[in-house]
Amino acid sequence: MISVETFRGSDATMSSLPVLEFDRVGLEYLVDGKSQCIIEDISLTIAKGEFVSFVGPSGCGKTSILKMISGLAPAPIGTVNYHGVPITKPIPNVGVAFQSPVLMPWRNVLQNVMLPLEIVQPYKKDFKTRKPEFEEMANELLTTVGLQGFQKQFPWQLSGGMRQRVSLCRALIHQPELLLLDEPFGALDPFTREEMWVMLQSLWKRVNCTCVLITHDLREAVFLSDTIYVMAPRPSSIIYKLKVNLPRPTTIEMMLSDEFYHLVADLRRHIRRY
Amino acid sequence: MTKFATKFDRFINSKSAGFVLPFIVTVLIFILWEVLTYALKIPAYNLPAPSAILTAMSLKGPALMENALQTLMTTLIGFGLSVVTGVILGFTIGYSKIAYMILYPILVGFNTIPKVALVPLFALWFGIGAVPSILTAFLLAFFPIAVNVSLGLDTVEPEMRDVLRSLGGSQMEFFKKIGIPHSMPYLFASLKVAVSFAFIGSVISETVASNKGIGYLVVSASSSFDIPLAFAGLLVLSVMGVILYAVFAALEKVVIYWAR
Repeated sequence: MISVETFRGSDATMSSLPVLEFDRVGLEYLVDGKSQCIIEDISLTIAKGEFVSFVGPSGCGKTSILKMISGLAPAPIGTVNYHGVPITKPIPNVGVAFQSPVLMPWRNVLQNVMLPLEIVQPYKKDFKTRKPEFEEMANELLTTVGLQGFQKQFPWQLSGGMRQRVSLCRALIHQPELLLLDEPFGALDPFTREEMWVMLQSLWKRVNCTCVLITHDLREAVFLSDTIYVMAPRPSSIIYKLKVNLPRPTTIEMMLSDEFYHLVADLRRHIRRY
Repeated sequence: MTKFATKFDRFINSKSAGFVLPFIVTVLIFILWEVLTYALKIPAYNLPAPSAILTAMSLKGPALMENALQTLMTTLIGFGLSVVTGVILGFTIGYSKIAYMILYPILVGFNTIPKVALVPLFALWFGIGAVPSILTAFLLAFFPIAVNVSLGLDTVEPEMRDVLRSLGGSQMEFFKKIGIPHSMPYLFASLKVAVSFAFIGSVISETVASNKGIGYLVVSASSSFDIPLAFAGLLVLSVMGVILYAVFAALEKVVIYWAR
């Protein structure tokens, strides 16, 4: 039996059409009447199926980048193109997860996970008729993250890590093309975080989406990503791009290897705090 | 000694303690009241003893009942109207920034007018009886409801809103799926308070502009020096007030299972 390992960063395994394209994107705020440049001239492309991370110190506009991609706050300077079309309002087929899980406390786990199916077409119009099928989809996701049996529980009955797992299932149930994560594991302890990386990786593989992750954790970035962009503090720009050449899927054991540490150190050397 | 302490601790932490303790204390207060009235020889036209009050209650039972029902009816009608208005107003203020800027200051200004001052005006416009009572009950009760509902909408976490927006959800969907459920605890918290206000409003109106209802009964009994009857009326008032509050507190527990 020959096992085929797909190497990250290998363009042969990924479609050459960029899903997302940043073209001289910038962001300015008015502070005390003076315009402050937050983000300065970002240009990059993200390919389909790629896992991309943005790392950098706090306040350098990483969350703003996610907001530009999702369309919640489109780029005021320059354009972000989604399949070649500039993003001016919320784009369809996106899943988001934030640092706080923001689950609806009046819904149980299953209902929380199924929320996108009530809103996004084509699931929305068939919701009543296909409900058992949708419940099955939710159950499968919950099993992947180890929460089978918790469908009827309410968010207040779950730990922080469990809520975040539910939040991730919710972000993926409608099979989005794009998964946007804003420091989703920031509030968790380091060991839970490592479990989450493994779980996110299998979720990502299962749904086969393009993923953009914002994180402070360099190990998290190296574990999960194909490409890592290091951002400078304000005015932010991309100061370093790292293509991760580790075999897939990444395992916890691989984190203890020299290769892994070299990559993390490489990133660390390029991080500037001010 | 230890055995007693444990038993007492167990009782304090039990569910029934919440009912039994206040009940016992209330009974003790009444007993003390009775004893003091006789010991200090307080005349019945100043402070009647509980026994005198109970006698008055049994004598004038049907009258008390009839008036109590009148007050209850005007309270509940006024309250019902205030819930409908308060919810609609609250959602309008929470939904539209323009509505907020226009309506909120007017509401606050209006609310600071003591409704007691308006009752004679209502009597002039609508005649004495049920209408001023219902109106006063309504006016006192709708403001806390409106404020709470709009607060409920206002306090939705931006990230929850973003989750819905990123999925392409409409404003209507936001209200149905997030805004309304999120406002429910705020609404039900205000209902307990609003029903008490409606009750107060109704009684106030009855003291001035009615010939029916417990408020009227208390005033009428006082002016004919039947103080035990007046106190009986007050007792009925307080029992009604407690029951109304308790009903909505219980309703709140059932509906907002998730907020506790």
